[in-house]
Formats: sequence, C-alpha cells, structure tokens
Amino acid sequence: MADINTGDTAWMIVSTALVMLMTPGLAFFYGGLVRRKNVLSIMMQCFMLIGVISVQWVLFGYSLAFSPDHGGVIGGFSWAALNGVGLAPNADYAATIPHQLFMIFQMMFAVITPALIIGAFAERMKFSAFLVFSVLWATIVYDPMAHWVWGIGGWLRDFGALDFAGGTVVHINAGMAALAAALVMGKRKGYPETSPPHNLPFAILGAALLWFGWFGFNAGSALGSGGLSVSAFIATHMGAAAAALAWAVLEWITRKKPTALGIISGAVAGLVAITPASGFVTPLGAMGVGALAGLVCYVAVVVVKGKLGYDDSLDAFGVHGIGGMVGALATGLWATTVINPLGADGVFHGSGMLLVKQIAAVAVCAAYSFVLSWILLKVVDKTMGLRVSEHEENIGLDLTQHRESAYTVVG
Amino acid sequence: MKYIIAIIQPDRLDEVIAALEEEEIILITVSDVMGRGRQKGVAEIYRSHVEKNKLLHKLKVEVAVNDEKQWQCVDAITRGARTGNIGDGKIFVLDLEQCLRIRTGETGVSAIA
Repeated sequence: MADINTGDTAWMIVSTALVMLMTPGLAFFYGGLVRRKNVLSIMMQCFMLIGVISVQWVLFGYSLAFSPDHGGVIGGFSWAALNGVGLAPNADYAATIPHQLFMIFQMMFAVITPALIIGAFAERMKFSAFLVFSVLWATIVYDPMAHWVWGIGGWLRDFGALDFAGGTVVHINAGMAALAAALVMGKRKGYPETSPPHNLPFAILGAALLWFGWFGFNAGSALGSGGLSVSAFIATHMGAAAAALAWAVLEWITRKKPTALGIISGAVAGLVAITPASGFVTPLGAMGVGALAGLVCYVAVVVVKGKLGYDDSLDAFGVHGIGGMVGALATGLWATTVINPLGADGVFHGSGMLLVKQIAAVAVCAAYSFVLSWILLKVVDKTMGLRVSEHEENIGLDLTQHRESAYTVVG
Repeated sequence: MKYIIAIIQPDRLDEVIAALEEEEIILITVSDVMGRGRQKGVAEIYRSHVEKNKLLHKLKVEVAVNDEKQWQCVDAITRGARTGNIGDGKIFVLDLEQCLRIRTGETGVSAIA
C-alpha cells in the first residue's frame, strides 16, 4: 500500500465526516420549516435514511453503482457486501486513498440524496411507505444514475458532460423525484393556507450545517488534498455567498423586506448550483453561478410554484431540482480548463459544445428520475398507501407515526 | 353577556374556528393548556402525549358573546370539537359582568361585537 497518500487520506476521512453531517443538518433545516407537530417525523426520516441506506450501500448499493460495468448502465453484484473492496487503492476511482474510503465517502452521498426528497412529501407521508419508497428509490433510481455519471464505463462519464460533485446524481435526481412526489401525494390539508415555519432558528442552524458539510461534499470530490480541492472549496463558498446575497436583495426589492428564511434558501440554492461546477470554475465564475441560481430559484419558489399550485412543501424541487439544473447549465457557461485541465471550456471561455452536452445530460437524467420515481410512488401507493389518514394528518406525524412529541407544555 | 370557555382536543381547532365562523363569531382567544378530566389523564392512543402528573395537552378556546348568541356559540364549538371519543373536552358558560374595548372606551354589548 505504498501508493496511499496520507495527506489525501486524511482530507478524505474529514470530508466523509463533513458530508455525513449534512443529513442531520438537513433534518434541522427541514425540521424547522414544518409545523411543531411534525418536526420529529422529519428528523426521524433523516436519521432512518442514515441507518438504512448505509446498510443498503455496503450490502449491494455500492456494488450496483461502482462495480464493473454492464452496458454503460449499471454495475453488478461482484462487489456486494464489499467483496474485493479493501484498503488498497482502486486506481480507476481514487489512486491515492484506500478503496474503502472512496466507498464510504460515496455512501454519504447515497444517504443524503433520498433525504432531500423528504421536503416534497413532508407532513403527510406514512413512515412505513416512506421507508419502502426510499430503499426502492435508492436501488432503482440512485444507484444506476450514480453508475452512469461516476462508474467506470458509465455512459454519461464517457459522454463528456461535466458534473464535479454530483449536481446531476444528487440534486437534479432528488429534485425530480420531489416533483413526482408532490404531484402523486397531493397537497397537505389546508394548503396553501398552512402555518409558517415553527422554528426558523432550527432552519438556520440546519442551513449552516449544510454549508459547512458542503465543503466536504465539493472539495472532497477532488478525491485528494491539493490545488483542485482548494479551488473547489473557494468556489463552493462563493457560490453560496453570491446566491444568499442575490436572494436577499431580490426579496428586498420585490417584497419590501429581506427575510432570514429567504437568505438561507438562497444559500442552499447556491450550494446546489455550484456542486457540478465547483471543480471547473474560477472564484468569479462561482459567484456568477451562485447569483444566477439565487435569481432563478427565487422565481421558481416564490412566483412559479404558487401559480402551478402543487405542494412541494419545503421546496425540494424548487431549490434542488431547479438549482441543480441551473448549476449543470451554468457549468457549460463558466467552466474553464485553466482551473481543471481534465474539464472543458464553457461558453464564456470560447466553446459552446460543453453547454450542449450539459443540456443533453440534464434532460436524460431528469426524465429518468421523474418517470421512475413516479412509477415507484404509484406502486407503493397501490400496495400500502402513501398518505396518512386525514385524522392522523391533523394530529401530526410525530404522535401518529412515532408516538412522541417534540415539545412539552409544562415542565 | 356570556364568557364561554371550551377545553378541546388540539387537532380540532381548525374545525371549531370554521364552525364559529359559520355563526359569524369571529372573536376568539386560544391558548395551549395542560389538564385532565374524567379519563384521569389516560391518553387515547394517538391523540396526545401524557406529561408529568398525568396531564394531557389540550387547547383552551375563549369566546365572549352577547346573550342571544350563546347557544349558537356552544353549538358551533360542540360541532367542531366532537368526535365521540373520550377526551373531546368540555364547555363552560360564565356570566360576563363587563366588557371594555381599550381603544375606544366603549363598554358592554357594543364592545363585544
């Protein structure tokens, strides 16, 4: 194991832990935004995904996504239960760190992706149905798409579209599943007249943890410690900062007051959008990506969603789906080989070809995710039912699904 | 004038407010309370959680009405809050001696409506 680089390994261990923290961060972000009777259900769903997807990943998920290719579409079962996945590096994926470290870094992505979808069906989905849907979705939608984009032989990896840290696999994928979930599940009772977020400081804490964890998500996707990871780290921060600023200014202009909910939504939208671009853009380019994401997601969440009338409760589609697409397309604008010679030049650096490829990749992945997610949701609905009863929805998911309450009244 | 206090299940508030609005009763005050009734704090499964001293979470709804509205008000609260299960709650009707609107100083019947 002479070829293991201790600096790379140290940074990737830290990055893995950072990405792990994003899922509890998401629990606080989403948990703060729902009503007080549903906060535990959100946090429980996030923690359950850490449990169940981690197990799925080691048993067969990692193998489906990364083991030797079948037709460019999916891996196989040859690495099931981590058979052959040891501590020696796998040069195809990451030549300087133990193969198992690459495996567990990828595991954290597999965990957070289905967790992002929770925002679309919050406050009304049966816990049992959520669990079955999430495991099916991870296996049938996430694992193949991870293979297309990241697996050796995956058709999108060879196609030439750029996705540094998983904008397509994680955010567009989860965002389209979220749109399918919002449409299949239907609106919450009383929507659009629902209560405001029950604990905004929780949501702000969650956004802060997401921002912090995202340094591992993006800078860790360099799969080593060096110039590229620093470049991605800065791009990540500048994308989030520019988008937060853009959202707050837009809100100030169009709605008279900038809000805390607005600025954290903008920050997350910026983080989503910079994800595919983070290894290919300059700090200034990252600010462009972030500002564009802040603008487009603001319009999608504040203007368009209200007009279309679907209940994407916590804007999982509006922020992750739309933000992910903005990021993929913006990569085709701002990418430059000055930052990463393995990348390509975008429109602002003299070539339009990359943008065309980005559009094609987005369209295929978005369609696959939406259609498959829709079918899975319908199957689960027909077999076990997706929604809690109206009575249970009134009382709240904390008591009806988990027999717990987040807050006491006396003492 | 009557002062009507109702102790209801937390999940029935939307229905109670809707029923009161049907009777054009808009004025209402709501607070979180803890209590127990004849069921001695036994939570019907899924309706509430039990806290210290076997207290259950309820909502207290308070409404001030003129005499002629009192039965409409009681009926509306009953309609909204009743499920037929243990723990649906209680309604208390009290004589209200005086009512004063702070902004204008009006008193009595005209101050309520």
